[in-house]
Amino acid sequence: MREERETPKPWKKTEVIGKPMPRVDAYERVSGSAIYPSDTSLPDMLYGAILRCPHAHAKVLDIDAREAEKMPGVRAVIKGDTNGASVEWPYLRGFKTKLFDLYCRHEGEEVAAVAAETPYQAWDAVKAIKVKYEILPFVVDERKALESGTPAIHAGGNRSGEPQTYERGNVEKGFGEADVVLEETYRTESELHTPMELHGCVARWDGDQLTVWESTQGVYAVQARVAEVLGLPLANVRVIGSYMGGGFGSKLQAGKYTIIAALLSKKTARPVKVFLTREETFLCVGNRPPSNMTLKAGVRRDGTLTALEFGCIGTGGAYPAGGTSSVDWLVRDLYQCPNVRTKLTDVYINAGPSRPCRAPGHPQGAWALEQMIDALAEAIKMDPVELRLKNIPLYSQAREGNPPYTSTGLKECLKEGAEAFGWNEALKKASEANARGGPLRRGVGMASGLWIAGGGGPPSTILIKLFSDGSLNLNMGASDIGTGTKTVMAMVVCEELGVPMRKIQIEHADTRTTQYATPSGGSKTVPTEGPAVRAAALHVKQQLLEMAGRELKTEADQLDLKNGEIVSTIDPTKKIKIANLSELKRQGVILGVGYRGPNPDKKVVNPFGAQFCEVEVNIQTGEVKVLRFLAAQESGRVMNRLTYDNQVVGGITWGVGLALTEARILDAQQTGKMVNRNWHDYKIPTALDVPAEVISLPIEPEDTEANTTGAKGLGEPVTIPTAAAIANAVYNAIGIRITRTPINPLTLCPLLARRRKEG
Amino acid sequence: MTKEVSMRKKKDENGHSRTGITRRGFLQLIGAGTAASAASPGLGAEPAREVTEPVEVTRLNLLINGRSHRLLVETRWSLLFVLREKLGLTGTKVGCERGECGACTVLIDGQPHYACMTLAVEAVGKEITTLEGLMKGEELGPVQQAFLEHDAFQCGYCTPGQIMAVEGLLRSTPTPSLEQIRRAVSGNLCRCGTYANIFKAAQRAAELRKA
Repeated sequence: MREERETPKPWKKTEVIGKPMPRVDAYERVSGSAIYPSDTSLPDMLYGAILRCPHAHAKVLDIDAREAEKMPGVRAVIKGDTNGASVEWPYLRGFKTKLFDLYCRHEGEEVAAVAAETPYQAWDAVKAIKVKYEILPFVVDERKALESGTPAIHAGGNRSGEPQTYERGNVEKGFGEADVVLEETYRTESELHTPMELHGCVARWDGDQLTVWESTQGVYAVQARVAEVLGLPLANVRVIGSYMGGGFGSKLQAGKYTIIAALLSKKTARPVKVFLTREETFLCVGNRPPSNMTLKAGVRRDGTLTALEFGCIGTGGAYPAGGTSSVDWLVRDLYQCPNVRTKLTDVYINAGPSRPCRAPGHPQGAWALEQMIDALAEAIKMDPVELRLKNIPLYSQAREGNPPYTSTGLKECLKEGAEAFGWNEALKKASEANARGGPLRRGVGMASGLWIAGGGGPPSTILIKLFSDGSLNLNMGASDIGTGTKTVMAMVVCEELGVPMRKIQIEHADTRTTQYATPSGGSKTVPTEGPAVRAAALHVKQQLLEMAGRELKTEADQLDLKNGEIVSTIDPTKKIKIANLSELKRQGVILGVGYRGPNPDKKVVNPFGAQFCEVEVNIQTGEVKVLRFLAAQESGRVMNRLTYDNQVVGGITWGVGLALTEARILDAQQTGKMVNRNWHDYKIPTALDVPAEVISLPIEPEDTEANTTGAKGLGEPVTIPTAAAIANAVYNAIGIRITRTPINPLTLCPLLARRRKEG
Repeated sequence: MTKEVSMRKKKDENGHSRTGITRRGFLQLIGAGTAASAASPGLGAEPAREVTEPVEVTRLNLLINGRSHRLLVETRWSLLFVLREKLGLTGTKVGCERGECGACTVLIDGQPHYACMTLAVEAVGKEITTLEGLMKGEELGPVQQAFLEHDAFQCGYCTPGQIMAVEGLLRSTPTPSLEQIRRAVSGNLCRCGTYANIFKAAQRAAELRKA
């Protein structure tokens, strides 16, 4: 049972929190001594490889693995009818298929798997398995999925659930009150996460206990899925995460590969390593769904938004996977608007299932809404920053009961961001430069955003073990996915206990040895774990002061902890070093336990932001160069300025990818297969595609209600407005509104040519 | 079947020691000719003198971080596979195994190379340097130190490759311009997107190396 403890007051002045601190695990990461799951090597370990369906839609008629089984080094081949392999794989809404299903509804579905002494031998064997397929008609364009005559992917047709609708006010009346009404269609292409570390794991059985070393954002989520699929007690499944090489939402869950590794390991009674090839990660482990959006918006000459009507057709691929999740959220909640109607239609296509991708739905929604706001501003001859400032929301309009935000810095993000960027001068300079003509055109653009989550919440449990020499262990179930979670948590401990960072050792992301945690995603890890760490540290401090009180024969509430010493607040000569506490020496350790308390009642904790950028467009070649970016983000308190700024840099790179370079291309005409399933053909931003100048401008209103650290999430909010800001800057440069991603020479040149022709 | 590869050495025009095995010969044999575009400069210029099957096993010596390793390898094994899975040198990461991402960048005779596009047998007689080889005992090398100071990574998985690319750059160009830095790491993808910090770290590393 948890004893009642006082909720700690917000920090006023901080010693460590908010400062730029290099990561506690930086040495391990730059020296090569950090062992990632893909680096794991166990004695007697085998390597697995997966045979995948090469067709967009097919039925497996026969699998002949006899030759493969006899090949050198091959120790096991498993398929759907192998003993123990006939398990089910869950999707959303209770939908299930077989792990190796006879119906392959997208290219890359799992058909069989091999374990061999080397990965080379495993792949030799995969290639030797003979499969007879009945090739079925396919659909890979979500815009055609509901047309009559289109092949049905499931017995019930191609609708993935009923359309989701939302309505407030009276949209028709709102449009009637507007001075200007604009309507536009937008499309964002599907993006692939492709984190640098491939998806995969090493699995090993000890009797009926299974241990999995998995590259994951959440060890407990993987444990739950593996136990569910294999019918094992949770206690018998240990998942170890520790380091992981990026996920962006695609590693929130176990993969089919996790189950396959466990089955191969069971069959061979040896550890098995299954890491996917890069190509497989393009096909089978998630994507950001494509979004086909329509937006109609009404505004009065004074800048008052009167109505917004939004629709989106999206797809989570071949299974229920949230193909339109949160795409309408910004339309519903970013700006003050009394009349709003939205409709989301999620359909099935023969493509890999989507997974949450860095701010699900939001960058797509921003692409539509923030370009529309820009267009409305132009139509009523108002500055786009000004128009946004006119419509700052005072509370969450889209939530039941219109709850207020604990803090909203959107206004400050817009004002201070515009000033720091030099918005007005930049606009003027760009227009002067363009008036001089020439192939290179300058443009500036901006956009804003909010993130539906980012406040975190229970559950989280943290243990801190303070040793008698004053050093300590911090025990946390959460993964550090590269955002610097471990470092922030060490800083929280350091702030409360004064223990230097080098004396704090962190154990994390292991279901056997660390406490329960939800996966690191949704930009909620710092606001979830931070308060629990703070509570655990304060629990240690309280016990320490009580112990010192007994030793110094004084009351604990007359003592304070400073620089590793417990000092009397009344008589400063009365003091004792932590290392000299005889009771602690006898006891060995002080154990502090911290829990994440509840979020404030009837309040919303959301991060906000506004971004500004300058681009150069070559109207002869269609090339777009992003010259500089400024992100004014309001994510509550900045915990570590160094890792905070780094998230800003990374989020902007992601937005550059969505706006300018990334698009999944499926061959809709002939094969249904993905044609750019590698990093040569699917282009993620490189060092040559990003601005060298990225300015991070944190907006830090004091938020005393969000949680006991005052911090909100940053990783996702910072990539929400980015692509739209770039599109607005391109419009400013060349006067052509690009409503479809990606903006590249291929899409831009025809538009520029048409304009030249039309004069 | 084990077969001793001839270790006849000869100096090529650059003065580098060469074995009798060339990349082109192996690529022809294993039918991976399409990968030849990634062949290193100076390699593959001569016809094969030895003919082996890709699954044949051969003995060879690899000079890695100043230490000689005697190994039994299949001729088709990449240097990346041997480093990671046979020698446990997991500082070199695997990102694509097709020469796209640079996570496996190592120095071969001081020049950045993708270890996934290099067969182990090609690396015989050359000096291979991996991330681990930049350490001075337990102390970080200057490029590693600069990456730490400027937080030039998030998940850290592309980082070994980025560090090796910068190390290679600074060995040939001790005072690089921003443009030279951008180009030097343009073959190293960072999905976390921390490029702006990598540029700063490379500039800092150039200073640290001179200090």
